Order: sequence, then C-alpha cells, then structure tokens
Amino acid sequence: MHMEAQKYVWEGAIPLQIHLHESEVTTLPPPPPTLILAPRIGYLPLLVGLIRPYFSSALPPGVDTVWFEYKGLPLKWYIPTGVLFDLLCPEPERPWNLTVHFRGYPGNVLIPCEGEDSVKWSFINSLKEAAYIINGNCKNVMNMSQSDQAELWRSVMNGSLEGYLRVSSKLKLVTIEDEYSMKMNFSSKSQQGNGETNVAGQPKTGRIPVRLYVWSVSEDFDDLEDAPNIDSWDKVSFINRPVEIHVEKGKFFTLHDAVKMLLPSFFSDNPLISDESPKVDRVDKTEMSSDDTSNNKGRENLSEHVKSSSTTRNAEIKLVRIQGIEPKLEIPFSWVVNNLMNPDHFLHIYICVKVPEANTT
Amino acid sequence: MDILSWDGTLSSTDFSLAARSFADRWKRFNPSFPPWSWVACKKQPWIASREVDEYLSLENICLLILSEEDHGEESGTVEEESSCSKEEEPIDTATLVPSGDGEVHYYDFHVVYSASYRVPVLYFRAYCSSGQPLALDEIEKDLPSCSAKVLLESKWTFITQEEHPYLNRPWYKLHPCGTSEWMKLLFLGDTRHTKSGVKFEQYLVSWFSVVGQVVGLRIPSEMLNDSN
Repeated sequence: MHMEAQKYVWEGAIPLQIHLHESEVTTLPPPPPTLILAPRIGYLPLLVGLIRPYFSSALPPGVDTVWFEYKGLPLKWYIPTGVLFDLLCPEPERPWNLTVHFRGYPGNVLIPCEGEDSVKWSFINSLKEAAYIINGNCKNVMNMSQSDQAELWRSVMNGSLEGYLRVSSKLKLVTIEDEYSMKMNFSSKSQQGNGETNVAGQPKTGRIPVRLYVWSVSEDFDDLEDAPNIDSWDKVSFINRPVEIHVEKGKFFTLHDAVKMLLPSFFSDNPLISDESPKVDRVDKTEMSSDDTSNNKGRENLSEHVKSSSTTRNAEIKLVRIQGIEPKLEIPFSWVVNNLMNPDHFLHIYICVKVPEANTT
Repeated sequence: MDILSWDGTLSSTDFSLAARSFADRWKRFNPSFPPWSWVACKKQPWIASREVDEYLSLENICLLILSEEDHGEESGTVEEESSCSKEEEPIDTATLVPSGDGEVHYYDFHVVYSASYRVPVLYFRAYCSSGQPLALDEIEKDLPSCSAKVLLESKWTFITQEEHPYLNRPWYKLHPCGTSEWMKLLFLGDTRHTKSGVKFEQYLVSWFSVVGQVVGLRIPSEMLNDSN
C-alpha cells in the first residue's frame, strides 16, 4: 500500500500550549496554560470541548464565543490547524503558544463560528468544491447518505484514516494516478510497501483542487528564525485556483510545474525560484490552458500580466511548505496530491515570497 | 460554442467580457439605478496571473423589497419589472427599506469569478446607517419571502458567511454549486444561444436575472432581451 505518507499526515499533530487571554481572567491566581495535541488535519474550534474545562471557572459572566489568537492575530478557524501552523510559524515553535478567548468575538475579521456544526459544514462545502473541480459536478457529495456524511465527518474528527477512506472512496474523487508509485513498481528499486496501485483510479480529469497561501515579506532573512511575524492577514494572499495538469508521455508533471502554473509571474522573465530548484527541461504547456485559447479578448489581461511581471524581477520564492514539510520541487505533483492533500481533497500549499521593498505598499 | 456540448460554465476571460457587457447594459436600461463598477483587486502584482483578479461591485444600495409582489411566484422572471420600474421615482429606484425599527439597511454586492466552479458568485454584505453590519436573521427579513424560506430549509448550503476572496473579510455568499446546471437550462431555452452557439456576453445578464431575485434585485426585461 502506498498509504504510508498519508498515514503520517493523518497522525500528524501539533503540541499547543493554550493561554487564556488576560482580559478574561477573573480569578487569582490566573489559570495556568494548558497543553493539548492538535491534529494537523483538524480545526481549532473542535478543541474547545477539551480546553473549556481548564478555564471555565476563571471566565467572566457571559456567553461563550470562542476564538484563538497567535501574537495578536485572530486565527481563521476554517483553515486546518496544520496549515495555520505552517503559515504562522516559519520556524516551528513547539509547543505552539496560542491564546484562547471566550468573549469578544471579532466578527469584523472572522467568520462566525457556531461550534462543530459550522466547522463540519465548512468542511463539507470545501469537499463539495473539490468534487466540482475534479468531476465537474458535486453530485456525489450532495447525494451522500446521512450516515455516510456522519461517518465521514466522524473519521475526520477522530483522525481515522480507514474510516475516512471507506466513505470517501464512494465519492470517486480520483484526480491523478500516482504515476510515480506506479513507475516505482516497475523499476527494480521498488519502494517498500509500494505494491498496490488502485486500478480503479483512472485519471478522469487534470484539475487539482489547490488552496495556496502566499505570504509576501519585504524584509530579507537568511534564517527562518529571523522571519518577521505575520501580524495581519492582509499580508497573506489566498489563491483558490485549480491546477490543470498536463501529463506528457515519459515526463512527470512536477510540484515545480504546479507552482509555476499558480504563480506564473515568477517565471515569466527568468527562473526566479530559489537555488534549490533544479533546471530540468520541461515542456511548458501552461500557455495552452483552456482559458486562454488564442482568445483576442484575453489580450487585455495578458498585457497587464506582462506589465506586472516586470515588478517581480527581484521577487524570490523563499519557502514552499506542505503538511509541515518542504518537499523538493522536482517531486511528481501526483505524489504530492495523493499523499499530502487534506481530507477536504484540497492540497494546501504555503509559499513564502520575498518581494522587493519598493513594491510593498 | 455549440450549446449541446456546453457545460454551463465560463472561463475567466469570458467572465471579464460578460461582466463589462452586463455593466454597460445595466447603465443603459437601469439609468436611475447606481451603476456597477469593475474593481481591480488589490492583490499584489508579483502574484498576478493570467486569471482575472477583478470583480463587479454595486455598493450602498438600499434594497427594494419585492416580497409583497412575489406572491410565492418563485420561478417568475422579470415580467413585472417594466411596469414596476415605471412607477418609481426616477432618482430613487432603490427604495429605502424601512425595517421594523425604522432603520435603513444598505447592501453591497460583489460578483466574483470562482475558478473552482467556473461561474460567477454573488457576495454581499449588509449594514445599517451607523455602519453596524447586519446579522443573517436581520437580512432574512429584507429578502424576498421565497429566499427566506430556502434560507430556513438549507441553512448551510444556500447563503453562508464566508471570506470574501479578495477582501479577506466575512461576506455573505450565495452558493454556486448548481449554477452551471441551471445556466445551461436557461440558455437552452433561449433561441439566441441554441441557433448560433453560446453567447457568453449574455451570461451575466441571464445569471443575474436569477441570482438578483434571491436578494430582491430585478433587471428590466428589455435588458434581458437585448442582444447588442
């Protein structure tokens, strides 16, 4: 089975040290912080039931509206916890010190959260979106039986990969076959436990659900420890755009190809991607993506695009991180997708970009 | 494109085209109404791509309640619109909505392209004159009765609060998962598309004739039938 990496992802957890915000402490001494393991694929509001008992006696009177904060930044609860950690801690901080608030929900910046139900539906809507990207409709998700839906959600909450696969396989959300693993089977240096390839997994489409989080920094830093804090969500660009893959015979569509497709302006002048990325001869078919097929109407946008790309001359990709790891960019994208995606079938990629100072206003 | 092989979606380039065409026609046929503007988003240039990062925007609208005229006629299109708009004062097509407490409610509407669904998506937010945002249950009272009913039945799959893709703030979003299907049906019933292929310039006008009704915004039938 080639599920090894997927198992690591599902078992991945981040040690959190949760502090109650001082403005909500009404007891002396204040309650000590509490330690808790947060699953990478989980969501922060799902931890509230475990956290509340530690702090409930210290709280001022009122109704709970729980939210989390890291160094003054209110955390978006619908982003998987692992992605938040990768994004906000370039240099991993363990335990991760978060502050919990039970009062004063910042509704102007955060989507309201009505507890588990909100999280569940945010997850299902995300899954629906992924299904639409992959299959061109979301019927399989919409028509899921109540019991399957409940089981799927329970497996995500409990981190049960087996339970998850049992239900999610019915959704027929196969994006691309992991041609890398297949090839490994044929080659002599077969990876351990790489024996099976899902025969049913015929590629149906080349659209891959991707959520890209781009953090632009103007300060240069050599060491991740010296990276500045993200003190505002406005410094992060959320790019929600499927990757359309093009598999050439005998060539792998790599993670590098995918990043290039998502952030084309980095690649329009010269290969700006940092030293790690190997210069491999690739056929760039992005020009042929269906949206632009020799359409005169597209010219206007294209010319804007060319103009803007000149500003990227000194921009540089500092970091590409998925599920806590910094994968080599020459890895086949199919492997990355099949092994590192989240249960909502989206591949969440975090990219840190160093941009020239002049453009950071 | 031949309509039979069309899946009801449009590319980002066609969206940008259709959006401009929609805004032009809106100005022409709805002269008393504020115009839609085409907003370039503030996304940073170094991550610009060939996709459009622009959206249509109509802001500070006092929503016209149409619920009384609806009479549960949920599938009704814009037939009544022409008579309805004639009755209005030329300066003030957007009738003020006096809510229960006599407070006026303002609405901002954005039409954003979804690269996932390959269709336009309506985002909106509402606030009162003090700038205080309205909660969904208050908005519900402003919506036509049929929308309020669907809202009640499908709490999580019809209108939900989500992050605005460009503004990073909570906005209400009309779920787009069925859009391509009903758009195809809509175009199949229109000879302009069945005879000589899908006309994408028409896309947003047709789309808005349905989606606008959810929030009580109607478009004149002349606008819907105009082919230029």
